[in-house]
Amino acid sequence: MYDRSAKLGAKGVVIEYWLQRSRSLFTAVKGVDLEVRPGELLAIVGPSGCGKTTFLNAVDGLIPIAGGSLTLDGREIRSPGRDRAMVFQQPGLLPWRTVLGNVIFGVEAQGTMTKREATERATQQIELVGLKGFEDAYPLELSGGMQQRVNLARALLTDPEMLLLDEPFAALDAQTRELMQLELLKIWSQTRKTALFITHDIKEAIYLADRVIVFTRRPGRVKNVVEIKLSRPRDLRVKRDPQFLTYEDEIWESIQEELAVPAERLIAGVPAA
Amino acid sequence: MSIKEADRVLPVTTRESDPTREKRSVMQPSRTKRYEPIVFGTVSVILFLAVWQVVANARIWTILFFPGPWDVAQALVKLFQSDDIWLDIATSGQELAIGYGMGIVIGLVLGLLMGWYTRVQYALDPFVNFFYSTPRIVFIPLFIIWFGIDMPSKIAVIFLGALFPIIINTMAGVRNTDAALLRVAKSFGASDALTFRRVILPGSVPFILTGFRLGIGHALTGLVVAELIAARHGIGQVIAIAGQTFQSPKMLAGVVLIAGTGMLLTTILQRIENRFQAWRPQIR
Repeated sequence: MYDRSAKLGAKGVVIEYWLQRSRSLFTAVKGVDLEVRPGELLAIVGPSGCGKTTFLNAVDGLIPIAGGSLTLDGREIRSPGRDRAMVFQQPGLLPWRTVLGNVIFGVEAQGTMTKREATERATQQIELVGLKGFEDAYPLELSGGMQQRVNLARALLTDPEMLLLDEPFAALDAQTRELMQLELLKIWSQTRKTALFITHDIKEAIYLADRVIVFTRRPGRVKNVVEIKLSRPRDLRVKRDPQFLTYEDEIWESIQEELAVPAERLIAGVPAA
Repeated sequence: MSIKEADRVLPVTTRESDPTREKRSVMQPSRTKRYEPIVFGTVSVILFLAVWQVVANARIWTILFFPGPWDVAQALVKLFQSDDIWLDIATSGQELAIGYGMGIVIGLVLGLLMGWYTRVQYALDPFVNFFYSTPRIVFIPLFIIWFGIDMPSKIAVIFLGALFPIIINTMAGVRNTDAALLRVAKSFGASDALTFRRVILPGSVPFILTGFRLGIGHALTGLVVAELIAARHGIGQVIAIAGQTFQSPKMLAGVVLIAGTGMLLTTILQRIENRFQAWRPQIR
């Protein structure tokens, strides 16, 4: 039986795709068992193509599961709902709407707030993500990092039970990414929303999360769970902490075992400079 | 020249501190750049008219064969002094307004339906393809049999002309909606109606307006050709009669009227398009 205290419970989740071209069933995820505790920030890492994003999409209710169970607060997840909000890898902003208009879009789609209330709260949210003064800017006038802030604010404004983040900083440059991680932690510590964070960046996962889950290669399932016992609040210096590096080694080892080509072979294959 | 040599000839530091080099902010286009389209456009037209006038003045050919711009302008003035011209303009104007207006409304509705519902598209595609690949003016004789030589037959041709470019572009607009935006809408639980109104429709506006713009060209072609073939009144009829009675300047004056209408409508639509594109950063 699953833990009653868990926010999100996944039991033996199977996700399958029908591939039109090869006329075959493709199993992306097979038997995922995990729990996200209330108020926890859980990160999932894994080799690319391991089905971690697919799993997140299922949690959001965008795609159906073929087996197992997926519950939020004990209720089966069947479709997208107000209790979850996704921060997408691609910002997915309406280019003809301003920052304010885009931040409002989430609650507007849910139909949970009056326009006035939404505008008022969105203004606060925009300030929280550090975009004060850019309310009337259009997405194409913003940098990638700023667009992701809008993406985040849109999700936060819906005040979800659970925040789903799908590699939100993957497309950003290294410096912006670190800055965004720092800011995300700052915002998260203010709300303490239960969050599920997907990433391929091990450092990012350790830096942000309370626990890091490593997925096996496709079809993905939970390989191991690493409890991150670094004290909060964490600043970026924690990334050079010996304990941090130990976690990094452990997770890297774990992922490396899952790579189609072992890392030693990759390194050995590089001709001498 | 080797790289080293180039460095010596144009050292980077000297170039950057070059006092003669123009410095200005990227955000503010210079005055001359801003007026470039108008200046160059006007100059080229004036140049063209001047050359045309000079060649015509040489009178190598008769006025019938090669009227000059001045002849055309005089014919235009004379045209407006005649009694019938206002009836002609009113006739053509009404035909255009009704036919094109119907084309916009029905084209928009059908285009949106075909873009949104694949089954509607499957059902209507054969017809759209059939009519779009056929010059719609070939139906004029049939329309004259059905509706007579007065306005209804012209309206039908104009309507058919404008309809298909609008359908096709509107459909393309809906189909080209960014899949990422649809995913966002779905993730936040947006209803189909909201997704349509807030994501698909605004995203399709540039395509739809392009369809409207293309439709004007097709509509005017339909108007003129239909009136050339058979009509009692209308600008096309003025052109036809002038042509048949060897009044070349008058004929060209009619052409100027038609072209002017087309340019005016296209410019208006272009303005509307620009208004809807305020969010697109200027690249210049």
